[in-house]
Amino acid sequence: MNEDITEIIKEPLNIDTVAAPHHVKPEKSVIAVGTKNLTVWFNERKGIEDINIDIKKDTVTAIIGPSGCGKSTFLRALNFMHDLTPGARVTGELNILGRNINDYNGVEIRKKVGMVFQKPNPFPTMSIYDNVISGLKLNGRYKKDFYDETVESSLVQAGLWSEVKDRLKVSAYNLSGGQQQRLCIARTLAVKPEIILMDEPTSALDPISTGSIENAIHDLKKKFTIIIVTHNMQQAARVSDHTAYFYLGKLIEHSKTSTVFTKPKEKLTEEYITGKFG
Amino acid sequence: MEAAELLGNSGNLKRRKVINIIMLTLSVISALAAIIPLVYIFFYTAAAGISSINLDFFTELPKPVGEPGGGIANAIIGSIEIVGIGAAFGIPVGLLAGIYVAEYSKTMVANLVKFVTDVLSGIPSIIVGIFAYGVIVLQSKNFSAFAGGFALGILMIPTVTRMTEEMLKLVPLSLREASLALGIPRWKTTLRIVLRTASGGIITGILLAIARAAGETAPLLFTSFGNSFWAESLDSPTASLPVQIFNYAISPYEEWHNKAWAGAFVLITLVFVISLIVRIITKNKFHQSV
Ligand SMILES: Nc1ncnc2c1ncn2[C@@H]1O[C@H](COP(=O)(O)OP(=O)(O)O)[C@@H](O)[C@H]1O
Ligand SMILES: [Mg+2]
Repeated sequence: MNEDITEIIKEPLNIDTVAAPHHVKPEKSVIAVGTKNLTVWFNERKGIEDINIDIKKDTVTAIIGPSGCGKSTFLRALNFMHDLTPGARVTGELNILGRNINDYNGVEIRKKVGMVFQKPNPFPTMSIYDNVISGLKLNGRYKKDFYDETVESSLVQAGLWSEVKDRLKVSAYNLSGGQQQRLCIARTLAVKPEIILMDEPTSALDPISTGSIENAIHDLKKKFTIIIVTHNMQQAARVSDHTAYFYLGKLIEHSKTSTVFTKPKEKLTEEYITGKFG
Repeated sequence: MEAAELLGNSGNLKRRKVINIIMLTLSVISALAAIIPLVYIFFYTAAAGISSINLDFFTELPKPVGEPGGGIANAIIGSIEIVGIGAAFGIPVGLLAGIYVAEYSKTMVANLVKFVTDVLSGIPSIIVGIFAYGVIVLQSKNFSAFAGGFALGILMIPTVTRMTEEMLKLVPLSLREASLALGIPRWKTTLRIVLRTASGGIITGILLAIARAAGETAPLLFTSFGNSFWAESLDSPTASLPVQIFNYAISPYEEWHNKAWAGAFVLITLVFVISLIVRIITKNKFHQSV
């Protein structure tokens, strides 16, 4: 018994000394999102059914499939957005960052799992600066220096800093659609989530804005796990490491993006990829 | 159909131009029809009352009939007090009720609140005055600014509730989702994001309620009553602009009629100034920081 206790006390000390060189990257195979038989009900109808998927940390996963196949429904299950929909119910198992979802509440999970929506939705009454720090400011009090640093680093990561650094105090509504969407990404980054969900983030944007956002995603995947829903097959191929194909509420195939696009295992996937329907 | 055909169809184009001119004219006429009464009332009251308006009018107490000069200082201050008490009570209640109805619209209680405020907005103001008389005046055994303020506050509630509800419902779901997705709890989302986004419309509703209440006469007749002198306290009979105007207007004296006009002019200006100040203060406040 005594020995056990000393073991426990000694353990963390050992880890500290061993882990001292911080450049050692954490194990790449850690699962960020894991589901077992995840099903979302809208009243008595299923939006998605029995989804089993493991999504690795620090990767980009694209979710593709025809309209209405449950891509958004899946994504919104991961940050408890269905809590807000009357009549919606989630069953099955969901693990986020190695913890069962029952260990979290909605507010906690949404700080770990950020979300960027289809239509840019900056807060209209706030400046660019205040939009970026809104999540921090409404959840606590920090020093102004910290806000300044966060605003700069978040906007840099979202690829917007150089375009707005001289007008941080103007209303976010003065920005173009593409800039607003990158502002929304920066706003999400400021909360320091570990997973970022994006639901067709470029479908309302022009090709140049889309390019900027894809570039931002490319840089972000070093630090964040990104799950992106997209209608655009080229986009999925360009930005993602893994691709999941949904059809009629079910997960049909999930593998490396190169595999899905060159030699899909499932016939349904192939038909969709080659444009036979969708 | 080809583009050239569409463009070349000058008869159609001409017809559309004519219709455009007719509709534009109608719009301008309607806009004028809406503005004219306001401008007319303002200038008519000003013209009729201007002869009685001087510095004394704002600083002196009323003089008995026959004595020249005097003012309505007590009524101006009284009105500000009574409307202030009404606002301090009616606006928070109306605001919270509106938030509740808008954000929890599916619940039984919300439906009940909605129904009650609808009914309340249809009740004649004199009935509300009688209610305040029964609840406050009869209990405290004297007329008071409190009783008048209570009556006005009740009258403000339905306007504020309705306006708050409507404005909050206009805030798109996407903004609520944006806020919640940042890990901001629902109550903070409502207060700091949704309410702020809707603040312009809500403030308009509040100003409308204040303006209406400031002009109410009937509910004050037997609550704050009236006073030819300065009120001793908020718990004693208090003069107010509408009641003072009413008393002057029903008198048989020409001189008092002029004072009624002057009082009316002051009342209109007061409401206008309050609106302006609130607009200026809130404009900067709500559109800067979080
Ligand atoms: N709030 C809701 N209430 C009822 N059914 C819904 C709701 N949201 C989505 N659904 C249904 O769930 C299915 C999946 O929808 P969704 O996830 O939005 O599809 P996608 O994002 O792939 O286009 C659809 O059949 C849709 O009708
Ligand atoms: Mg969708």
